[in-house]
Amino acid sequence: MPIYYYIVLAIVLFCIGIVGVLVRRNAIIVFMCIELMLNAVNLLMVAFSKMHHLKNAAINASAGSDGQLFVFFIMVVAAAEVSVGLAIIVMLFRNTHSVDINFLNRLKH
Amino acid sequence: MNALIVTAVLGVMMMFSSIVLKRNSAIRMLAIVGLLFTFIANVLDSSGVHFFSINIKGMMHFDQFAYFFISISIFCTFIFFLLSAKEMERIGVNYSEYFALIFFILCGIILVASFTSLLILFLGIEIISIPLYILTGSDKKNLKSNEASLKYFLLGAFSTGIMLMGIALFYGSTGSFSVENSVVIAATTSPMLLIGILLLLFSMSFKVSAAPFHFWAPDVYDGAPTVFTSFMATIVKAAAFIAFIRLFSLAFTPLQDRWQLIVAVIIALTLFVGNITAVFQQSVKRMLAYSSIAQSGFMLMALLAFNTFSVEGILLYIVAYSISTMGIFSVLVKMKDSSLEEFNGFAKHQPVLAVALTVFLLSLAGIPLTAGFLSKFYMLKAVMHSGNFLWLIIFAVLMAAVSVYYYFRIIQVMFFKESDSNTIIVSTSFKWLLSALAIIIIVLGVYPQLLLQFLV
Repeated sequence: MPIYYYIVLAIVLFCIGIVGVLVRRNAIIVFMCIELMLNAVNLLMVAFSKMHHLKNAAINASAGSDGQLFVFFIMVVAAAEVSVGLAIIVMLFRNTHSVDINFLNRLKH
Repeated sequence: MNALIVTAVLGVMMMFSSIVLKRNSAIRMLAIVGLLFTFIANVLDSSGVHFFSINIKGMMHFDQFAYFFISISIFCTFIFFLLSAKEMERIGVNYSEYFALIFFILCGIILVASFTSLLILFLGIEIISIPLYILTGSDKKNLKSNEASLKYFLLGAFSTGIMLMGIALFYGSTGSFSVENSVVIAATTSPMLLIGILLLLFSMSFKVSAAPFHFWAPDVYDGAPTVFTSFMATIVKAAAFIAFIRLFSLAFTPLQDRWQLIVAVIIALTLFVGNITAVFQQSVKRMLAYSSIAQSGFMLMALLAFNTFSVEGILLYIVAYSISTMGIFSVLVKMKDSSLEEFNGFAKHQPVLAVALTVFLLSLAGIPLTAGFLSKFYMLKAVMHSGNFLWLIIFAVLMAAVSVYYYFRIIQVMFFKESDSNTIIVSTSFKWLLSALAIIIIVLGVYPQLLLQFLV
């Protein structure tokens, strides 16, 4: 399959994530949309990694492996971020009994 | 490399230190001694004594500039501990954990100061951000702190997503994560690379809170506990700048003409929004948040010209700005609230502190004989030497003139207003320390070579 299919799929997923972050008002769903963005990037990285491998495998047997390595790091960091983020949302829920983002506008004044 | 491993180990040590050490002063002492040790380790490292020999596969490169910046940020953290570490006790019970998180942030700062691979840049930025989300929300019962931390977290994660997309597109078009000119030159025609650079530019502007990506900064700086705001707005921000400049100066210079105009527009917007909005603020904390946005406009000028002036200028700027802002925050944190009225008649009650604050404010405003003036001058000179963007220089000088208004308002309130309410209580050592910082600002404003001679 040509690489363009993967690029288009990843960009579409990424844009769904961005739109979700901008439109949705529930903190958990916003959070899921951010995860969707990160996973779109993961998909794209793996696709590119395979592409570079096919292109350069004759010269360098491990060509493209760094892209897959990066994906692992993204996963690890995303997991760390989830743990902190959910803790923050729980803390907010304890104080306000809601996870609504509109609440954030109170800080403006 | 020494400092990186030492800070990571110290972070873990601080995390467990509360099991052994029961008194807060002991924990504080341990942190300060640890930081001194880190500083010495880094200085030794830069003169060739390496404690560890680890093969990092060319993902990081410690040059003289990186060592120097790391020393500066460790030194500023040291000053931060001396000035405000005691105030952290009032935020919550997890005293040692705050120090642990700050050490982890330092670890991230060292990574972003020395990366040559986008992987390390990403890890460094995240290692800085994730502890900061926690520190912002550390005042758990305070709604403002909660809001600030959720907002910071969501927007920070969002901008990380954009940065990762930029990195992925960079990888797709170049086939490598390494930050080198040659990698970029091989793929200059690729539209994917251009989009990747743009996404990286936007996400990094987000991290340094440059307009139009600045809207999170005032809310977060305002909502976070004041002690941590002073850390966030100075040392962490400086590190984000170094990452930004390092990334663009190492890798993207071949495409300079494509992105420099966008950067110039971002700088102009940042200066405008930061300075004009700061004029209308009634709370000093919020005013300082906007002033930090305005100052970042000047620091970003290093991206327009990569020459010796900009390298010296950015370091001088970081020192001058960090010391001044931390000094003002350290007084602010001792006050009841952060409104401007709190400073009424401050000079009568605390003449020494008032004079020191005046020096800091003059330095931020860029009045001659202070380090703030020279650093602004260096940045403008650097842009001047690059030959383009004359309009930006004129605009920046105009905006610096606007900034004088809101900085001088505090000075005016301190010296010429009366107040009968009793003011803050400070120890003698705090007064000495603050005066010493004011002297540093003035000395650096006259002899910048005292600092810059270390940058050979």
